[in-house]
Amino acid sequence: MKLLRIHTSPILDFYTADYSTELALPLADAGISAGFPSPAEEYEEVSLDLNKALIKHPAATFYARVKGTSMTDAGILDGDLLVIDKSLDPKSGDIGVCFLDGEFTVKRIEQIDDALYLMPANERFQPIRITEESDFQVWGIVTFVIHKTR
Amino acid sequence: MFALVDCNNFYVSCERVFDPSLNGRPVVVLSNNDGCFIARSNEAKALGLPMGGPAFKFRETLKKHQVKVFSANFPLYGDMSSRVMETLANLAPEIEIYSIDEAFLDMTGFRRFGFREYGATIRKTVTKHTGIPVCIGMGPTKTLAKVANQLAKKEPRYNGVCLLSEEQEIEAALASLKVEDIWGIGRQWSALLQVRGIKTAFDFSRASSTWIRQHLHITGARIQEELLGHSCLPLEQVRPPKQSICTSRSFGRSVIGFEELQQAVATFTGKCAVKLRKEGSVASTLTVFICTSPFNEPSQKYWGTKTVALRQPSQDTIAIIRAADQVLAAIFKAGYEYKKAGVIVGGISSATASASPLSLFPDEETEQTNDRRQKLMQVMDKVNRRYGTGTMHTGAENSEAWKPQQTNLSPHYTTAWKDVIEVRGN
Repeated sequence: MKLLRIHTSPILDFYTADYSTELALPLADAGISAGFPSPAEEYEEVSLDLNKALIKHPAATFYARVKGTSMTDAGILDGDLLVIDKSLDPKSGDIGVCFLDGEFTVKRIEQIDDALYLMPANERFQPIRITEESDFQVWGIVTFVIHKTR
Repeated sequence: MFALVDCNNFYVSCERVFDPSLNGRPVVVLSNNDGCFIARSNEAKALGLPMGGPAFKFRETLKKHQVKVFSANFPLYGDMSSRVMETLANLAPEIEIYSIDEAFLDMTGFRRFGFREYGATIRKTVTKHTGIPVCIGMGPTKTLAKVANQLAKKEPRYNGVCLLSEEQEIEAALASLKVEDIWGIGRQWSALLQVRGIKTAFDFSRASSTWIRQHLHITGARIQEELLGHSCLPLEQVRPPKQSICTSRSFGRSVIGFEELQQAVATFTGKCAVKLRKEGSVASTLTVFICTSPFNEPSQKYWGTKTVALRQPSQDTIAIIRAADQVLAAIFKAGYEYKKAGVIVGGISSATASASPLSLFPDEETEQTNDRRQKLMQVMDKVNRRYGTGTMHTGAENSEAWKPQQTNLSPHYTTAWKDVIEVRGN
């Protein structure tokens, strides 16, 4: 199967899937041991699977719903769904789901000199400095934001 | 080299992933119907709350120490278990999932990384990816890996990873392990061994092998060999299909009428049939039991049970419910307050292996019904997978009415969209 470009605009290219060629694939026998190359491997790109595109580490990926407006300038709006990967190591500048003093919060994690800050992306909110006394953990790193448009 | 990876206080740890404020606080999880403790955090263990202890007996301790109490949230625990197992399978390809929170790994190929170091990597990775803390024990046999795991859990100096490979280490570990704590030694055997003066795992490993074979048979002999470092139990990567499936439940209240029991039994039977189809199996026998509370006066106590063979091995909800109905009618006695009922399907075999027609003179009509019934079951399973368990069911079942009582249930954080965690953006 191929992808066909059906429309090009200055911002977006649109594709459709071409199903005109059909290939009957043998069903993988449940008895095949791990490591045996799957006969389907060659044809893996048979559809656009959002799961595969958005999720690199399925066992470590969790979802969360956003409540609040402190990250709107980063494109994270009230009610959006976050895709969170717990396996990633936080880097300065990452958007993280953090557990701070008894609550989950989503913020940009910034290291400035030796101090750690949780930075909002909305000027109406103040940065939070993480101190020794804070009960703090980076729970996971936000990799995608799913926003409903209608 | 084998490793046993065991999740620490698994159900409690699952709850803590989604509410880290519970770290360091006493937490317990209760069985179905909020009956007994089935998981305890270390803090709860320190308060003397026993495994299996009935919650109502400890109400005061729970209140006084503000113990956080959860109803068992099995959809959550099941999902978290798959995540742990998947993470492990990515770290070591040869894996035997031993239970919901334990897995054996074949470590043979990892010598070059250093067993201890790789164990620490596994431990760190599982905790980071899933939030679930684990302990790892390693040894030349599965039984010794289990011993090492017990040490890893008990002694902080191991940092959660214990390797038993040198002879002296193994001997010291066995000497510190009571004989009843050896994997596979039950209470009866342990009593027998005590009488003979065999008190520790070390004593057991040095006991006369002839005597052990005589009294503890092949299973005991294998355990002894394994403790001596000779591997007899291979990694079971493919589990043999279950021999029986049981669905039983204590009712939150007393049930007196036949119709009500009928509905409960049909509901549990339906659950068994779904499990059979999921495994691609058929059952040949069916057991139904009903009973009153064990705390009743003797004259008010009744335990009824009966096992029958199914006309032909089946995974068909309708056929098995029909049979269960007849069994129930045979064991039901009016005038008792029933507290529990259960259904066990047994004699399980693979559906494909027993697909050949069993009746001597198969008539076309039955064949056609069977075929149509099979299609109906497929549709039912598909609908329920897509729209949720219980969406489509036979008229005899009512899973809503026979749901277990769960007053302190946490949300289905990972298996229902409406229950995903909320993060504050303010």
